[in-house]
Amino acid sequence: MLANYIKIAWKVLLRHPFYTFITLFGISLTLTVLMLLTSFLDHLIGAHYPETKRNRTLYIERIVMQDSARQSMMSNSMSFKFLTDYAKTVKAAERVTIFSYFNGSNAYVGSRKIKLNITFSDADFWRVSDFKFIEGKPYNEQNIANGDYVAVITDDFKKHYFANSDEPVIGKNVEIESINYKVIGVVKGSPITRPFTHADVYFPYTAPKSNYQNSGMVGNFIAMVLAKDPSELKAVQSEFQSNIAKIPLPGNQGGFKYNILEVRSDPYLINFLTAILHGGPGLRNIFYGVIGFVMLMVMGLPAINLVNLNVGRILERSSEIGVRKAFGAPVKTLMWQFIVENIFITFIGGGIALILTYILIQIINTSGWIAYADLTINFKVFLVSIVVCLVFGLLSGVLPALRMSKLSIIDALKS
Amino acid sequence: MIKLQNVEKIYRTSSIETLALNNINLNVKKGEFVSIMGPSGCGKSTLLNIIGLLDAPSKGIIELDGQKVETYHDKAIAPLRNKMLGFIFQSFHLINDLSVIDNVEIPLLYRSTTARQRRELAEEALEKVGLSNRMKHFPKQLSGGQKQRVAIARAIVGKPEIILADEPTGNLDSAMGNEIINILQSLNENGATIVMVTHDDAMAKRTHRLIRLFDGTQVL
Repeated sequence: MLANYIKIAWKVLLRHPFYTFITLFGISLTLTVLMLLTSFLDHLIGAHYPETKRNRTLYIERIVMQDSARQSMMSNSMSFKFLTDYAKTVKAAERVTIFSYFNGSNAYVGSRKIKLNITFSDADFWRVSDFKFIEGKPYNEQNIANGDYVAVITDDFKKHYFANSDEPVIGKNVEIESINYKVIGVVKGSPITRPFTHADVYFPYTAPKSNYQNSGMVGNFIAMVLAKDPSELKAVQSEFQSNIAKIPLPGNQGGFKYNILEVRSDPYLINFLTAILHGGPGLRNIFYGVIGFVMLMVMGLPAINLVNLNVGRILERSSEIGVRKAFGAPVKTLMWQFIVENIFITFIGGGIALILTYILIQIINTSGWIAYADLTINFKVFLVSIVVCLVFGLLSGVLPALRMSKLSIIDALKS
Repeated sequence: MIKLQNVEKIYRTSSIETLALNNINLNVKKGEFVSIMGPSGCGKSTLLNIIGLLDAPSKGIIELDGQKVETYHDKAIAPLRNKMLGFIFQSFHLINDLSVIDNVEIPLLYRSTTARQRRELAEEALEKVGLSNRMKHFPKQLSGGQKQRVAIARAIVGKPEIILADEPTGNLDSAMGNEIINILQSLNENGATIVMVTHDDAMAKRTHRLIRLFDGTQVL
């Protein structure tokens, strides 16, 4: 029976090439946008280079202090000391790295200014992340203890900074903000869409201007906590929370008196969404509103259009519907036939969309619009695309099928 | 085999009420070949549609093979139509996108049969109407007579007890029309009960019994 349905669907497609072109163009364009979005979301939140261990990593990004009435709030990244005391001491963790957010800086080659991003980190940063060293090695605890002026740079920065980028640069100096650092490693860079690991130059936290000595709880450092296994994330979280609970309340931070203190250690996605979801009902509503609007525009409107086209196409086949009903086809079976046909057509559109998405992804990855972009169509993206195709096929097929089911046999045969 | 008691069919619009069939009482025995005649608009096709459960009567009782039709709900009558009835239409109503054999298989799609069984039964039906050599053709590649033979094959493939033909020769020349009646007669000789609507006296004379309608009323 399925073969019969598909045969018909195929013939219907061939019957009106222009109509088919319009339908498939609409479907494939919609699905291409959805697949690209899925791929981009996967790029943002999936476990990719150099954060390949995201499935067992917790992110500690901000400390939130509030008064007892929750009227005033202070939210910031943390001091190196705070994270050393409360995060680095989590025993259940395999490793904890403390590092700064990337900051903008400048370097000069002759009179040419190079804008770059810099990060200060401890040695564990290279163990928690999975950077690929093209040259040299990362700085270690010894470099940090010695206060060495060393740096790990990205291949992209190397290309911009050194005249002959084909030559090894280990041992050469880079001058950033009028300070000379010796290059001890060159890594393949991390895209800006992975802000925890993105930078052009990485320094030990003991390098100048890191402000790691700041006292108090707030500063410009954050942490990644690597659990031994994804199943141990809860235990790590709970140990960290018990550490935080030891901080005496109420307290005073730079004149701000607080009674409530919150420091979360969350997996990447939750951490990513926390800022939005904990941003109060206004921000949350805007977030859901935007998601709803995007879904409506990207999926709803094309589906409504397709419904319209499909109704016309189905009514054109009313004689066939009449014959099938006359020979005993139950309404349910006929509805199923039209839904299957629609899903089949959607899947053809999905196939075209997959090819288009692949081409676009290659263009994005090689264009340099996002440095180190590594968008892919992996199994997860493909699976989501299949589900999207199914939902889209169902959305645009059910209504016309319902309309068809209401046709009386006599009227269908007469038309 | 087919029993109609006091059947009435009224078509209603917001302002007009039309009596299409009035107090029809009919009894067609198993193995009978009956023709229905009458002027245009007298209710012939309406009667055939009601017998074929394609339309519901406004009043009256219908029995098929001793089974009273109690409800016209799709779930109840779709299997009845599928198993007991075979339809032949004046304008063939073949699906142009499907090959001859796929068209013939249609009634079997709605039963629990395997693809192989369907193919075998469809081949057998096409053989009966002399079209085994046209199985892979598409309707557009066939003449009117051949199309109607495909339609007959489709009507008989499920081995229904009743065949309902609505002016099966109406769109054909007399030679082809004769060919179709010959096939129907041979099916009838093999046990099928046939009710045929026709305008053609010569065709009607070849059936066992003639029913005449005039303005929705049975006059013969």
